[in-house]
Amino acid sequence: MALSYLRSSSSRSANLLKPLSSGLSLRSPISTDTTPITVETSVPFTSHRCDAPSRSVETNPKELLTFFRDMALMRRMEIAADSLYKAKLIRGFCHLYDGQEAFAVGMEAAITKKDCIITAYRDHCTFMGRGGTLLEVFAELMGRQAGCSKGKGGSMHFYKKDSNFYGGHGIVGAQVPLGCGLAFAQKYSKDETVTFAMYGDGAANQGQLFEALNISALWDLPAILVCENNHYGMGTAEWRAAKSPAYYKRGDYVPGLKVDGMDALAVKQACKFAKEHALKSGPIILEMDTYRYHGHSMSDPGSTYRTRDEISGVRQERDPIERIRKLILSHDLASEKELKDIEKEVRKEVDDAITRAKESPMPEPSKLFTNVYAKGLGVESFGADRKEVRATLP
Amino acid sequence: MAAIFHGVGAAASLSLSPSNSFDSNKSVFSPRRSFSARKGASFAVVRSEGTVNLNLKGRRAQQLISNAVATTADSIDASSSSKPGHELLLFEALQEGLEEEMERDPRVCVMGEDVGHYGGSYKVTKELAKKFGDLRVLDTPIAENSFTGMGIGAAMTGLRPVVEGMNMGFLLLAFNQISNNCGMLHYTSGGQFTIPIVIRGPGGVGRQLGAEHSQRLESYFQSIPGIQMVACSTPYNAKGLMKAAIRSENPVILFEHVLLYNLKERIPDEDYICNLEEAEMVRPGEHVTILTYSRMRYHVMQAAKTLVNKGYDPEVIDIRSLKPFDLYTIGNSVKKTHRVLIVEECMRTGGIGASLTAAITENFNDYLDAPIVCLSSQDVPTPYAGTLEEVTVVQPAQIVTAVEQLCK
Repeated sequence: MALSYLRSSSSRSANLLKPLSSGLSLRSPISTDTTPITVETSVPFTSHRCDAPSRSVETNPKELLTFFRDMALMRRMEIAADSLYKAKLIRGFCHLYDGQEAFAVGMEAAITKKDCIITAYRDHCTFMGRGGTLLEVFAELMGRQAGCSKGKGGSMHFYKKDSNFYGGHGIVGAQVPLGCGLAFAQKYSKDETVTFAMYGDGAANQGQLFEALNISALWDLPAILVCENNHYGMGTAEWRAAKSPAYYKRGDYVPGLKVDGMDALAVKQACKFAKEHALKSGPIILEMDTYRYHGHSMSDPGSTYRTRDEISGVRQERDPIERIRKLILSHDLASEKELKDIEKEVRKEVDDAITRAKESPMPEPSKLFTNVYAKGLGVESFGADRKEVRATLP
Repeated sequence: MAAIFHGVGAAASLSLSPSNSFDSNKSVFSPRRSFSARKGASFAVVRSEGTVNLNLKGRRAQQLISNAVATTADSIDASSSSKPGHELLLFEALQEGLEEEMERDPRVCVMGEDVGHYGGSYKVTKELAKKFGDLRVLDTPIAENSFTGMGIGAAMTGLRPVVEGMNMGFLLLAFNQISNNCGMLHYTSGGQFTIPIVIRGPGGVGRQLGAEHSQRLESYFQSIPGIQMVACSTPYNAKGLMKAAIRSENPVILFEHVLLYNLKERIPDEDYICNLEEAEMVRPGEHVTILTYSRMRYHVMQAAKTLVNKGYDPEVIDIRSLKPFDLYTIGNSVKKTHRVLIVEECMRTGGIGASLTAAITENFNDYLDAPIVCLSSQDVPTPYAGTLEEVTVVQPAQIVTAVEQLCK
């Protein structure tokens, strides 16, 4: 993979390295340098019914190192989840996101926490990107009280209301109408924010998606539909499932953009572009060309429908973390050793979180019946003896 | 059988003394009053051995009208001007409730097919689009799955959408959204999101509408955890339930009935709501508890007139809350009468009646003197032919026979 063509607008100074090399603190501080660096994306954008954004992306050392750290954290978290699943601490479904981290970090770099995100069941890293903690992730995966959904949701039901992360949905495609509903609410409240409704190449053939797209286009909703195309809908390759695998064009009258989903900077550029577009002219579809190293879920080895060569090939050539690492090294923003230290730190963080999550207790049996209904305003009485107290309605 | 069809005509009349249902629902939090006086009723005292002392009125041959759907002017007791409140039809009551809530809370919006410019296929949302604008009364394309999903997504952020299914049967297309997202999100998010959505629409067997348009969705939705289901039957409770459903933080499915939209009743002028989980005592009695809801309430009241003339004293309860059941009211009634008859429009298999039978048996088995009898619709797709359709649903004559058998 050729290195990105470098056009640095300011002279590189050795000062960039200094903040990173303090070996005393447990956590090496990310460089706070925000000197702009312009980087070209590896692959140009392909557009449908719109003008593609420029290939030159503005970034800075702080952002690049944050990308590196966050992606390393996500990667480590997913690998740890893999081991926990095999140790039978995580049960049921576990869909891992490793390989696709660039999208989660790139999108976050382009938007605010007021914008809404909704995704399907491959949500661990998206949740982290929205500000979730490792403890919440591992505790939820192991069904403990400290989990983000108090242990009652599981791997496919991560939610974070205060940072507008709406989950976490198990049924393929069902989150897209929900996402368009979020966009509707944003338009209704005149928030000037957008919604990113994510789905996969498998869900791209769902009817409700096109229904929701039609309504969003009709009502001019600030909805951005993002197809995370990892080329396999569980075991079915995209060419066997879709007559037209050009998912960014499937919106027909809705503009679309195809992006290299393993290039965090390209993702950032595309999401910025999409946000501006959605606020001005309604829905847009983004297709992220990405790849997952693991199988569809932990019960799928991932090698029956694709070759190991393919997987290792993508890992060598397009791995998102390696790409950022090369970028950082070529710009002299950090040394090899420092990056390795970051990875070691991240590993330790993940291990600590797992230990703490294991200490968190299972939910109490009485919690089985909590949160079925919202109490107070809604429910007044229940059961044969009306044990519940009557609430006063306003 | 012939007597039933004899009375079928364009102006089917219903005599439902408004004061009965009115008084017991005057305010939401009034203590339960049992009142034994009933206007203009012929009394019969039935002793527990089953002997009957009839009063002097004797027995009249009662013509049973099977298609009781609309009131006529004579059933309103006094002249309109002297009574408080205002008279309106059921669909107008729904509209009033909806309009008042939309005025009260700017987060309330309506979504559905033809609810805006067209005014609603049953005129429930008439004039609302003109008053509140296109952003609050939204005409959707014919895409139930997605617009129900959109309503739920909007509700997650705090909006309070009222989603209309033009016919409840069409909401089968949105079953996944209603079950998984609407019902379960509050639970699976650990309480983070509430879904204050109202899903409403007409259902039930109409006038020869055919099988697909005569479905009773309450039996399909009843197992979904996290939702509440209510069925309205009079203009009073239609407005009250609509308002309560909109104010509720939980997802509520409001079942209306195609044939009840033109019922007329006098309702209070002041602001009121009906408790979502409460059943309505339509006619207190001593001999048998008849549990019913929606349109079957009128068949039951029709049968009750005959029963009273025959000397029985049925207690009629409109359960209103289909999920959760108001086991308190029902239980007290069962403890009093010891006999239960359930009259519903759902099909026999897996309907509301089946669940209610199970719930009563589990909780009040000791108080029952006889097995619970459940009269439901036949387990068939509703046929088009009028005569067949009549037989599909429960008719007043069957209710009378069932009570007579139960009280033997």
